[in-house]
Amino acid sequence: MSGASTGKASLWPLLTRRVGSALLTLLLVSMVIFGIAGLLPGDAAQEALGQSATPEQVAALRHEMGLDQPAPVRYAHWLSGMVQGDAGQSLVAGMPVGAIIAERLPNTLMLAGMTAVLAVPLALAMGITAAIRRGTWIDRAINLASLSMVALPEFLVATVGVLIFSVKLMWLPSIAMVSAEASWSDTLRSCALPILSLTVVVVAQMARMTRAAIADQLDRPYVEMARLKGASLSRVVLGHVLPNCLGPIVNAMALSLSYLMGGAIIVETIFNFPGLASLMVNAVTSRDMPLLQACAMIFCSAYLLLMLVADMVALLANPRLRAQ
Amino acid sequence: MKRSISLLAKAPLATRIAAGFVGFWLVLAVAGPWVAPHPVGAFVDQDVFSGLSSRLWLGSDYLGRDVFSRLLYGARYTVFLGLGAALLAACCGTSLALWATLSGGAVDEVISRLMDTLISIPSKILALVLVAACGSSLPLLLLICALTYVPGNFRIARALAMNLAALDFVAAARARGERKFAIALHEVLPNMVHPLLADLGLRFVFVVLLLSGLSFLGLGVQPPYADLGSLVRENISGLTEGAPAILAPALAIAVLTVGTNLLIDALKPEDKR
Repeated sequence: MSGASTGKASLWPLLTRRVGSALLTLLLVSMVIFGIAGLLPGDAAQEALGQSATPEQVAALRHEMGLDQPAPVRYAHWLSGMVQGDAGQSLVAGMPVGAIIAERLPNTLMLAGMTAVLAVPLALAMGITAAIRRGTWIDRAINLASLSMVALPEFLVATVGVLIFSVKLMWLPSIAMVSAEASWSDTLRSCALPILSLTVVVVAQMARMTRAAIADQLDRPYVEMARLKGASLSRVVLGHVLPNCLGPIVNAMALSLSYLMGGAIIVETIFNFPGLASLMVNAVTSRDMPLLQACAMIFCSAYLLLMLVADMVALLANPRLRAQ
Repeated sequence: MKRSISLLAKAPLATRIAAGFVGFWLVLAVAGPWVAPHPVGAFVDQDVFSGLSSRLWLGSDYLGRDVFSRLLYGARYTVFLGLGAALLAACCGTSLALWATLSGGAVDEVISRLMDTLISIPSKILALVLVAACGSSLPLLLLICALTYVPGNFRIARALAMNLAALDFVAAARARGERKFAIALHEVLPNMVHPLLADLGLRFVFVVLLLSGLSFLGLGVQPPYADLGSLVRENISGLTEGAPAILAPALAIAVLTVGTNLLIDALKPEDKR
């Protein structure tokens, strides 16, 4: 009993340290993103006024936008704004960046969430099946399929999906319309193709990592012991092995889900889905730096948050990790 | 060379097919312009988005140009930019990893921290920010794709080098008083070539996917040049007709990347149980 309580007591400092390390990384990431965005050769004031502007006009606008201040000052200003939820003014739309993002973020979260609901169980099933049937043709087939799916370009998956389901069969719309008025079934129907494309893209990596984690455990003595006691293979895998590789599996899931947030760029663009990733592409095209920086920071935060969660699940699931 | 050919002859069918695909693309990328039946910009058909025919093997594109010829020209940019960026990323990542490992201490700390930071930025996001800041001429695209994948290579190379640096023969070389550079080049590097080559192949797949993705978004290779991703983009209006002009380049990328991926997996030494 006392062992369990010390285990719990030592957990908190460990968790705080992980959170602190993630926050430090986020701070460094913000510096990198701000630094790269500052490389921009022409500056935003020149861009906004066009070629015909006089140097005085440009200088005045630069002053107004705060561009004449040294970079560290601008960085501090930007960062304090971001922390307070004010990401500045979009240069192209002339609206606060926060308002534009608030409109798009729920859509992206919905798309990622629905894809996760479909992809995670599918990947688990594929990975577990392949691991249990290790060495058989099922394992090889799943291995071949997932290796190929990892390397497929997203636009091929999406265009073939459109060709089959909306051009030939005419079952599903090829453009994802999302509005607040639409009913759940309508939204689901119009998002079906983006969800399917994203599932194809992310499921393979998750399945491979699940299989690797389980196959690694299957060689351990405790599995042999459980088998010798007469437990069936599926029982051993579900009851004994799966809890032991929860950490790696959750890590794989988190990696793939972070991909859903930012990697959906191409799928969102093809289906005209009003999400955050396609907003970011627009920001790149129009060189709207405040918007671009804010989008990039959201994706990086999502990635770090998911990694942090996976890290903590691993710590909670495997007490041996806490010993270090 | 002879050894790798005899290795290939003994390999299973899937490996040979994968190797065939990859080899096919490498040959096409080099020989493309000499094999192409039509000049890359020539308008050869009255019809746009025509189907497969004996005259135009893969039909015509949205302006009535020959898709097959454009594909052959486009493959050059995809393959060579991909190879160049993957090689550059591997060289930078591995050099940094060797430097960090053999120096240790503060140097290792700083480089590793920087790489950890870069790796926390999803690769597509990093590439987009870089394109927005720097633009997308061909040399810049090469640098951007390379920079995006340096941290991934660094992480793997550092893990390999760390394990090797702890071994006796490295300690012996240190005791002999050899310089860091010599140790890196003669003691550590030769022992990590194989996993690094596999990683190079993987980076190549990633770069090709990233590059064609960027081109597909209109942010990658800019006209008048066109890689396979730009071909998909410019013909996107043919999607509703199911034109070969849009499917052919997309399939071409898939054959290249899937083939490379299967080949790497097949050449990987079997994990011993």
